[in-house]
Amino acid sequence: MYKMSKKLQLTAIILMIVGAVGLIYSFVSTPASVQEVEEMLAHDEHHGEHETSATHQSGMKQNHENSNHENEAKHTSDDSHNKSHAETDGHEKSHAEHVYDQLKNKPWSAIYTSSLFFFLIALGAFTFYAIQNASQAGWSPVIFRVMEGISKFILPGGIIVFVILVLSTLQLNHLFIWMDPSIVEHDEIISNKTGYLNDSFFLIRAAIYIVGWVLLSRVIVKNSRKQDENPSLKLHKKNFKLSAIYLVFFIVTESMMSWDWIMSIDTHWFSTLFGWYVFASMFVAGITTIALVTIYLKSRGYLEFVNNSHIHDLAKFMFGISIFWTYLWFSQFLLIWYSNIPEEAVYYIARFNDYQLPFLGMVALNFIFPLLVLINSDFKRVNWIIVMSGIVILIGHYLNFFVMIMPGTVGESWFIGIPEISSILLILGLFIFVVFKAISSVPLLAKNNPYIKESKHFHY
Amino acid sequence: MATKVIQAIYTDDDILMNAVKSVKEKKYHIEEIYTPFPVHGLDKAMGLPHTRLAITSFLYGVVGLTVAVVMMNFIMIEDWPQNIGGKPSFSYIQNMPAFVPIMFELTVFFAAHLMVITFYMRSKLWPFKKAENPDPRTTDDRFLMEISVNKKNYQEVTELIYKSGASEIKLKEN
Repeated sequence: MYKMSKKLQLTAIILMIVGAVGLIYSFVSTPASVQEVEEMLAHDEHHGEHETSATHQSGMKQNHENSNHENEAKHTSDDSHNKSHAETDGHEKSHAEHVYDQLKNKPWSAIYTSSLFFFLIALGAFTFYAIQNASQAGWSPVIFRVMEGISKFILPGGIIVFVILVLSTLQLNHLFIWMDPSIVEHDEIISNKTGYLNDSFFLIRAAIYIVGWVLLSRVIVKNSRKQDENPSLKLHKKNFKLSAIYLVFFIVTESMMSWDWIMSIDTHWFSTLFGWYVFASMFVAGITTIALVTIYLKSRGYLEFVNNSHIHDLAKFMFGISIFWTYLWFSQFLLIWYSNIPEEAVYYIARFNDYQLPFLGMVALNFIFPLLVLINSDFKRVNWIIVMSGIVILIGHYLNFFVMIMPGTVGESWFIGIPEISSILLILGLFIFVVFKAISSVPLLAKNNPYIKESKHFHY
Repeated sequence: MATKVIQAIYTDDDILMNAVKSVKEKKYHIEEIYTPFPVHGLDKAMGLPHTRLAITSFLYGVVGLTVAVVMMNFIMIEDWPQNIGGKPSFSYIQNMPAFVPIMFELTVFFAAHLMVITFYMRSKLWPFKKAENPDPRTTDDRFLMEISVNKKNYQEVTELIYKSGASEIKLKEN
């Protein structure tokens, strides 16, 4: 039986407090009015006049030098973007107003990104668990309790995400531009989508996904715990069926969730493989979290039945799904880059222009690093290498969510500063607290699972 | 080199594994083992070194990637950088996404094929090669272990093999 150590508990609480303070600070410190932003911008210009004009000029020169199709497309799309803005608002929105909206959105999108990220980690870990159940895996039952513990975060994580979505529909922030009736009114593209994208249907859908995931995951986990006292196979078979049902439900709702919660931020843009792309990201992050928690518990001496073959298998999954994520990332990018249709390409132009470092950096973190490190069979058994690459993968996939959400909400005003870091700390603290509390509530080894003996002797 | 080998035939892979362990314990030299199918853990019991085929494969993959990059860079960017459908042929990196499918496929192609050829060369396999099978039954349902012996110890080895559960024991002059 594992008991959450006082130290870990304290760490989690400190993380939450520091995160909450930072987040409140960043909400308070957003500019109160457009005038304030105007003053700020004037101040900045005064200070950095030389610099900005210089960079602007060199940027212009570069554009001229390689006046290729991409850049032309960028110009035209920028123009059309501006035009549509002008049309939607009935009047040209001033630069200061634009920046004001972005800065107002900053703490909101920061907390939204990290809430969604950790919620989807828990969901990805649970999906992995359901796959282990449905595929009758013989190696993994010894770490089922770890996965069950992580999946306990689905409920609090889901509530947080849902609350943020409700606040968005109440117009307290501008994460989703289609929620603003004054924009939809003048935007034909968005108003044609209101059959799907409207507040009530959006919230009902979100409730269905979250309730479905929470219910199915809770029932499956509960059955698995009931099995400890009940040696019959009935519960095992029930969980097999429930997991299969969950996986079918999940793949439909996950796809729709990714349209609703992430793709609809860039309301003018769409991509068909987006659901899979988001899935790959949350799945690899979930598996990585399972591996990290397992290694942590093992290092504390609680998982003596987990050997390095189990770790090896988890690392293989981390490696394989990282490659899978890259495949989807690149497939989405290549198809849009190749055909370069302006209405699709704006998505990547925004990311290449304003988010170059996180956008390309995450490919290095999520692909090149795991590719070169986790390809080695011996490395996949070494704990510190798994922990190191696991942390890199998690940072990379946080950046992935960051780059999916931020360009549509804060645009070029992004920065990984106090709001972003403190919301990561807040949710991370809560995640650690909930997960380790859940793990310490039951014995770490599932009893009466028909595969538990095979799993204990698993050797690769 | 020993001039004589003892050929012991087993009917079961478990018995074979135990026999290998006992022979290894007594530090006799196992010349070769013939089995009809891969026996899990046999290489470990025999103390064979780990294969380095995967490392060669990785290196071949790197070669394949290099070939793809150099080839595409020369053809598309340096030799004749024409405008094909507006694709930016000014530098390699600008048009890189279009080359990735080729880079990937050539990496896999080189890694796979050169590794297979390496395997054939290292294990000396080719068409019309004369089969080196001491007993045709080892391709069907028998397991054969060859232990090199000399005049002094062949009696003890035979006894050990007999105790280990061999169904046939032969002394062969090489």
